[in-house]
Amino acid sequence: MLMLSRTAASLYWLGRYVERADFIARLVEATVRLDALSATPAGEAAWESALRVTYTDEAFAASGARADQTNVARFLTIDTGHPGSIVQCLDMARNNARAVRTALTREAWTAINRAWLLFNSRMRPGNAMATLNLVEAVKAETRGFEGAILRMMRNEAVWFIRLGSAVERADNTARLIDVKYHLLLPEGAPVGGIVDRDQWTTILQTVSAVTAYRWLYSEGLEPRLVIDLLLTRPELPRSLAACVEETVEMLGLLGKRTGLQGGADRMARARLARMHKTRTPEVIVGGLHEWLSAFIAENLALDRAIAQQFRFI
Amino acid sequence: MGDLRAFDEIWGQGGPDNPREPLAMLADWIAETPREELARRLEAAENTFRQLGITFAVYGDRDAAERIIPFDIVPRVFLADEWARLSEGLIQRVEAINAFLDDIYGDRRILADGVLPPDIVFRNPQFRHEVAGIRPPHGIWAHICGIDLVRTGPDDFFVLEDNARTPSGVSYMLENREAMIRLCPELFRNFRVAAVDSYPDRLHETMRSVAPPGAGSRPVCVVLTPGHFNSAYYEHSFLADSMGIELVEPADLVVDDDIVWMQTIAGRVKVDVIYRRIDDDFLDPVVFRPDSLLGVPGIMSAYRAGNVTLINAPGNGIADDKAIYSYMPEIVRYYSGGEAKLPNVETYRCREPQALKYVLDRLPELVVKLVDGSGGYGMLVGPTASSEEIERFRAALIAEPHRYIAQPTLALSTVPTLTEKGLAPRHVDFRPFVLTGRDGVQVVPGGLTRVALKEGSLVVNSSQGGGTKDSFVLLPEARQMQKMGGMFQQQELGS
Repeated sequence: MLMLSRTAASLYWLGRYVERADFIARLVEATVRLDALSATPAGEAAWESALRVTYTDEAFAASGARADQTNVARFLTIDTGHPGSIVQCLDMARNNARAVRTALTREAWTAINRAWLLFNSRMRPGNAMATLNLVEAVKAETRGFEGAILRMMRNEAVWFIRLGSAVERADNTARLIDVKYHLLLPEGAPVGGIVDRDQWTTILQTVSAVTAYRWLYSEGLEPRLVIDLLLTRPELPRSLAACVEETVEMLGLLGKRTGLQGGADRMARARLARMHKTRTPEVIVGGLHEWLSAFIAENLALDRAIAQQFRFI
Repeated sequence: MGDLRAFDEIWGQGGPDNPREPLAMLADWIAETPREELARRLEAAENTFRQLGITFAVYGDRDAAERIIPFDIVPRVFLADEWARLSEGLIQRVEAINAFLDDIYGDRRILADGVLPPDIVFRNPQFRHEVAGIRPPHGIWAHICGIDLVRTGPDDFFVLEDNARTPSGVSYMLENREAMIRLCPELFRNFRVAAVDSYPDRLHETMRSVAPPGAGSRPVCVVLTPGHFNSAYYEHSFLADSMGIELVEPADLVVDDDIVWMQTIAGRVKVDVIYRRIDDDFLDPVVFRPDSLLGVPGIMSAYRAGNVTLINAPGNGIADDKAIYSYMPEIVRYYSGGEAKLPNVETYRCREPQALKYVLDRLPELVVKLVDGSGGYGMLVGPTASSEEIERFRAALIAEPHRYIAQPTLALSTVPTLTEKGLAPRHVDFRPFVLTGRDGVQVVPGGLTRVALKEGSLVVNSSQGGGTKDSFVLLPEARQMQKMGGMFQQQELGS
């Protein structure tokens, strides 16, 4: 039986929103740590950059609140007034999941629903410890969801969810490096100083790559190697290379099953071919920010091509 | 209500210490399982329901947009012979409903023979001129019926209401059973309970059996839901899921040249059978309400052309309307040739002057219902109503008598139920589900028991504080099993 277009769209967006909720949870967790290690101005700068990474800096500024831990953590976790908080992502994920209940197993659905229920009675995130507990609980449920996905029938449903998370993850990682790179390597500042170290550790934590970094690079923590890891190493699930690869893989599986291939496949394969030839030093010399901006724009174009190819809407 | 001596289905008339003989073992289980243990299991069940999202929306209650229906851990039990008699009555009634619909939208013999006053049909808003002359496959209109029953004594069952449009609640029958098997396995070891889990297969088979003649050997069946904000959405998705068929929303369907298509990622797929959970009014804006945003334009034209089967058929409201209900004994007699095996509750049609006078004289004793009301709204329960309410209904009855019927207040049977003050009898009703396909009528051995959780209350509707219970139908061997007894020696309860 061929899948309904609406179902495909909902599964794809389900994948995107769960991934985004998980990413924001990690970002908040890492920023709490960075804030704890820094003096006040640097701490607040950390929260400001967290807002920029999640495209919520303008929405936050409009609220007029000060960008300190209490306010930003609340804004990014439980605030229902803008679409960029964990609770809103989970709400969207759950709405999409509800619309496609028949395409999900009970386990996959209950993981989403439990994550959503976590927020049901929450009014404020509380202190740093309470915030950490909350994001830890969110992460546990999203991991449960990923586990449940792996045990679903291997068909279009799973592939659309994973396609959505791959596209979302690519955007998240690119955005994370872009915002942090500007913040962390201002001209004239000593590279490799104490603050940099904490900042870069924060980035690695956000993409769960602290241990991976140690395994892959014998050198100490160096910005160019962190960038290399996040851009080009397919071993790391949250690297751009891995996301690009997974996108091609999912489109390939969908194409084989449904016979549907088109613009999205071509765009994704071209991107993978370019990624194979990408060398980090060249990217840095050529301008990392420009490279990342182009990547983010292409990712958005790919998202549109996917919607068109599978007749979403 | 205290003065009404209600029959308790487990304890009988004699109270907890003197239960009905065939159910003595269940009474023992109720008495001997610690309250805290029952409460713990109840909580576990409700947690599962919440996580599964078995919720319903309460209209007009914005804060509680999603609520679970309270569940009670003590099951309601039908003995094998009770069930056999009920089934016969249900089959007879549903056969009559289908025969009536086929007749009223066809030759109208029943009117020609003077059994019903024609104006009660033709002036009824539930009568759909738009479907007159249509004959659905095999002449079946009401494929899925939920017949609401009440009980007042060991052998006294009455039909309270027929639901021949889109009866809901079957997901509770199935999910409540799953919860009971998990939480009270000892009951299933000691009672031989008929399984209900074949319902989705039977429903799917029913759907396939009424596919249009041109559908081929593997008809495409779908469930049509108004969308995931509908209060019964969980049930829609549950049914589609357990039958392994698509759950579609109106926007997924298009009608082209009288063929219904669903839009898939690879283009259109022809749809043959639609179990629609959208009311007639909203089904097709071209034919019914033009302001409906939920409908599928052109679907009625495809239906009329015989290219798609709609389950249940549009127009069924004329068979389960409360005004028609009072004529059901005559309707059953007319089509079956025998007396109705399941009687109606005595009903006064307020449109008849004599009946109106009788009703107005006895309002504090009667239940008064709006002919076109549902969900327990627009209803007066005389014995528990305030004098103000009674006077309000009196005025309404005098103003528009044709909109009302009245019935005596029945001493609805009770079943022991876990309350904050321990186990206590609470009033129940029952909705079994009856399927009709090409090969006949079948009753699934189980159903939805609704329980009024408030002491003395007779209103079991979930929108007004009702809950649900599992409904056991015992297999014929059950009596022998029970004589083996000793259920509390073979297991550890509450440990």
